[in-house]
Amino acid sequence: MQAAILREEMRNLGCRPPLYSSGLSMLGPALLKYGSDAQKFEHLPRIARGEIRWCQGFSEPGAGSDLASLKTRAQDCGDHLLVDGEKIWTSHGDAADWIFCLVRTDFAAPKHKGIGFLLIDMASPGVSTRPIRLISGVSPFCGTLFDNVRVPKANLVGAPNAGWDIAKYLLTHEREMIGGRDVRVGAQRPLYELAVREIGLERGRLVDAALRTDLACYEIDSLAFDLTIRRVRERSASAQGIGALSSMLKYYSAALIQRRQELTMSIAGTRALLLESDGATPGETARGWLSSRGHSIAGGTSEIQLNIIAKQVLHLPGT
Amino acid sequence: MTFVLNAEQELFSNSARKFLSTRAPVVMLRQLRDSRDAIGFSRELWDELSAIGWAGLLIPEQYGGVSFGYVGIGIAAEESGRTLTPLPLLSTAVLGVTALVKSGSSAQKSELLPAIAVGKLIIALAVDERSRHAPHRITTRAMPIGSGFRLSGHKGFVLDGHVANRLIVSARIGTQDAAAGGTTLFLIDPHAAGVTIERTLTVDSRNAAEVRLQNVAATEYDVVGAVGGGAELLDNALDAGRAALACELTGIASECLERTLDYLRQREQFGRKLGEFQALQHRAAQLFCEIELARSAAFAALRALDDGSADAALLVSVAKAKCSEAARLATNEALQMHGGIGMADEHDIGLFMKRARVAAETFGDYAFHSDRVARLCGF
Repeated sequence: MQAAILREEMRNLGCRPPLYSSGLSMLGPALLKYGSDAQKFEHLPRIARGEIRWCQGFSEPGAGSDLASLKTRAQDCGDHLLVDGEKIWTSHGDAADWIFCLVRTDFAAPKHKGIGFLLIDMASPGVSTRPIRLISGVSPFCGTLFDNVRVPKANLVGAPNAGWDIAKYLLTHEREMIGGRDVRVGAQRPLYELAVREIGLERGRLVDAALRTDLACYEIDSLAFDLTIRRVRERSASAQGIGALSSMLKYYSAALIQRRQELTMSIAGTRALLLESDGATPGETARGWLSSRGHSIAGGTSEIQLNIIAKQVLHLPGT
Repeated sequence: MTFVLNAEQELFSNSARKFLSTRAPVVMLRQLRDSRDAIGFSRELWDELSAIGWAGLLIPEQYGGVSFGYVGIGIAAEESGRTLTPLPLLSTAVLGVTALVKSGSSAQKSELLPAIAVGKLIIALAVDERSRHAPHRITTRAMPIGSGFRLSGHKGFVLDGHVANRLIVSARIGTQDAAAGGTTLFLIDPHAAGVTIERTLTVDSRNAAEVRLQNVAATEYDVVGAVGGGAELLDNALDAGRAALACELTGIASECLERTLDYLRQREQFGRKLGEFQALQHRAAQLFCEIELARSAAFAALRALDDGSADAALLVSVAKAKCSEAARLATNEALQMHGGIGMADEHDIGLFMKRARVAAETFGDYAFHSDRVARLCGF
């Protein structure tokens, strides 16, 4: 809660966070809850000081929404594990020092039960990354290959088959971070200001009547969403986190960001389509629009968020 | 702004739900409809509710009210949405009281507010003259004659107008055109010479009246607020009504979602519970998100009215638009997910749908309020 207040106040002042770090926002809370004392002493101070860049190794080429079907193998070799497999969508994998990974520790167990949560030094022999270029032209994403990488057994967080529970806990934090961070629709400059500047008013109204209506609808939803973030946070202030409601924030924020980007494209018209020109930052609007499509995919697709809401919030039946 | 109810409000919310769900469940509306009740709501119920403070939720204690604020009236409105209980809550306890408390003379307040607080006086606000809400397009005239006025005009969709003990009528002074302002509110006795009131039934089995005024006499003491100062007053009263309607719509939407979830958990087709089908799960989850946003907006509007915030009008319009839309979606989805039985009159979903339509239209629908949001934001 205090962290949320600090974030909100800093945003209101226009400050960027001192550190964008998946170690701080995702691994940290998971280690606090599930890590051994030795792991906490080794990693938490360095996470807090921002000395180590962490990346996340969850998704695989064959395991996207169905994350638990992951196949990266961690074979028990006595004092160490031998890791073999491929991870994808590792943000900043090429610049990271360490990676926290989900690995298959038991191929015989049911798919959710045979997963371990493993910390791997990216400097280990056999680890390599390749960048992935996205439709927007730029990307922090990498594919990360593990070719018979030796990892000390002490780097397993929790029991060798407890990885799925740790991952679920960590993903709640990720969704909360994504839902609260990116949206903040109200803290950004209102979209209609851009429209007024670009299109102009006639007798106090935007010249383009249909666009005016779309912008008003967007304004209503984004204001209502901002109020909802505050309400959810306030209501859960005494409780531990916001649980499955983070899926609602993630789902709705993705949709709003995408609407905002599409409206921005419409406001700027053909100028937004120019990839190269003499303008200050040509292509920026188009890149923003293209990368916004990832919001309903990354960190669990919108369909997965709706599944979580249906089952954990609305208690509908089913597997 | 805080979104959490204090202990007193929490208690009121729980007791309001318990009271209405036992004393005035949906079947009460059905009985009033089927018996073609002449009043359209239960006088006994309103007496009972007034005895526990409902009629005086917005009335200061010195005039016999409980001064519970807009958050309090919002709680009452939301719960009455869950049970579809017809009450003069909106016409009298919200619109009438807001107009009088904010700008009534002390004589008007001491005459009317104590009687309202005990449930004995019904007020109806006569505003609209066309079928789409346009409160500032007024053709009703108040011609100055001596120290008084003569009112002539035609008002429609006057909520509870057929049982009102007093009307509050908006009119324009003299022959001034719209641009010159001059909007003034008058307290009019419905039994005065020249007033004719015709009850009309709306699709939600509630009342609205057509009110015709022909040379109706009013004195300077019948003016609410200042002569020519009615426009802002009207906006204040209407915004209070819109916020209450937003809460009622939230109650309707929540109730429909909960009833639908129960149905999805229990109804089986193709050997499975309906709730196991992902197509329905996703629609229910999307509806849940929309209702959560609507609830936040409604609550923020109530708080802004209580605090007298500068952005109260904006937040009220955001709430009225968002809650109207959420309730439209909720009632449509509820009916569709109930399948054929939802189309049957014996099932309640249709009653919720009809009330949601009327409440959404009352004092400005989505189009009206999204336009107002744009104007208030300066585009």
